[in-house]
Amino acid sequence: MGSQHKAVALISGGLDSMLAVRVMQEQGIEVEGINFFTGFCVEGHTHAIRNHDRNKQKRNNALWVAEQLGIKLHIIDVIEEYKDVLLNPKYGYGSNMNPCLDCKIFMVKKAVEWVKQHHMKGFDFIITGEVIGQRPKSQLKRNMPVVAAESGAEDLLLRPLCAKNLPPTKPEREGWVERDRLYDFHGRNRKPQIALAQQFGFEGYAMPAGGCCFLTDENYSKKLVDLWQSKNSREYELDDIMLLKVGRHIRPKAGFKLIIARDAGESKFLEGYRKQFISLYATSHNGPMAIIDGEIAQEDYPLAASIVARYGQGREAEMVDVEITLPDESPQQVQAKPLLADYVPQEWFV
Amino acid sequence: MRQVELDARRLLCPLPVIKTQNRVAELSAGDIIKVICTDPGAMSDIPAWARIHGHQFIGAVEQGDDIIITVRVGPEHQNGA
Repeated sequence: MGSQHKAVALISGGLDSMLAVRVMQEQGIEVEGINFFTGFCVEGHTHAIRNHDRNKQKRNNALWVAEQLGIKLHIIDVIEEYKDVLLNPKYGYGSNMNPCLDCKIFMVKKAVEWVKQHHMKGFDFIITGEVIGQRPKSQLKRNMPVVAAESGAEDLLLRPLCAKNLPPTKPEREGWVERDRLYDFHGRNRKPQIALAQQFGFEGYAMPAGGCCFLTDENYSKKLVDLWQSKNSREYELDDIMLLKVGRHIRPKAGFKLIIARDAGESKFLEGYRKQFISLYATSHNGPMAIIDGEIAQEDYPLAASIVARYGQGREAEMVDVEITLPDESPQQVQAKPLLADYVPQEWFV
Repeated sequence: MRQVELDARRLLCPLPVIKTQNRVAELSAGDIIKVICTDPGAMSDIPAWARIHGHQFIGAVEQGDDIIITVRVGPEHQNGA
């Protein structure tokens, strides 16, 4: 045993990686954290945008975890590289558009690269908060060695929370860490983790029900597939996937969809896109900002305006004035009769 | 000592933090960075990031829709770290 050994931890912001780090710190291992931003991370965005969440405590859970543990955290933008993981997952998708096993391999591989790039810091191994059987795909026992092998981490990948259920890794064999002081957690039951958190005195940690990725969300995945189908291409940019997190998405025709803000926070957020997209909002009544994604014909402006009018305070008015603005052009005024709720077919909602 | 500005408007967290982190890596101990953001989440995230890396959060002010967060690069910071 020696306190000179150093590990890099994958920090998601959830409880498991927090526990894994503390288990290592208890053995005198120095730890620094890394966190990857794919563009699909649940962290931050929705509560930054939406009004009703603005009173909630705002924090990035990965940073919060790092601060609680007293470790450095390096946040790495992997938006571009992640596209290949999402579009071409070797091991396929989970129940939605979540390529969980490929994602885990990718992140551990990135950690291996990061360790090499920062070799002067002298990191010896990598840790994760994985627990066998906790997630249906990426954390199956048979997939644990797949992650270690395909990431290139091999036996320098240690999972402190379930290590006793797995063959000893190099840090254990070499005596850098004591295997006896690691854990044998398995399955979806969270009680052992909660008990360990209590033992460590952790409070206020995050336990998001759906994990930390929008791709595990059914509604989000449907919107993503709709986006790809409408563009006839699976290419995407950060703005595309950010906009899927915002507003009501209504596609009255194959060629375009409306993204209609649900509150003032989202309206403000969509205003930032007015230089890139056609935008609409009611001027005779209070109402939401909306943008149009796709190609809309001039003859469809009244239809788009009547849908937007339906979501403002003029929804029961005979007519609503709606301003439509194309990027870099002067606004046009359209008078629209708000659609009745019953007249918005369910199949228009993405 | 240098004083630099970083425009992180319209970026949602954690992107303002990532941009700050990457810019600070090019700075030296004692330098000052002013990050201009619009995501209110940056008000907690950038100070938290600064604390865990040994930098000094000097303050945050709101100017219209902008939030300006000022950080002094910590004494232990090594350029490129």
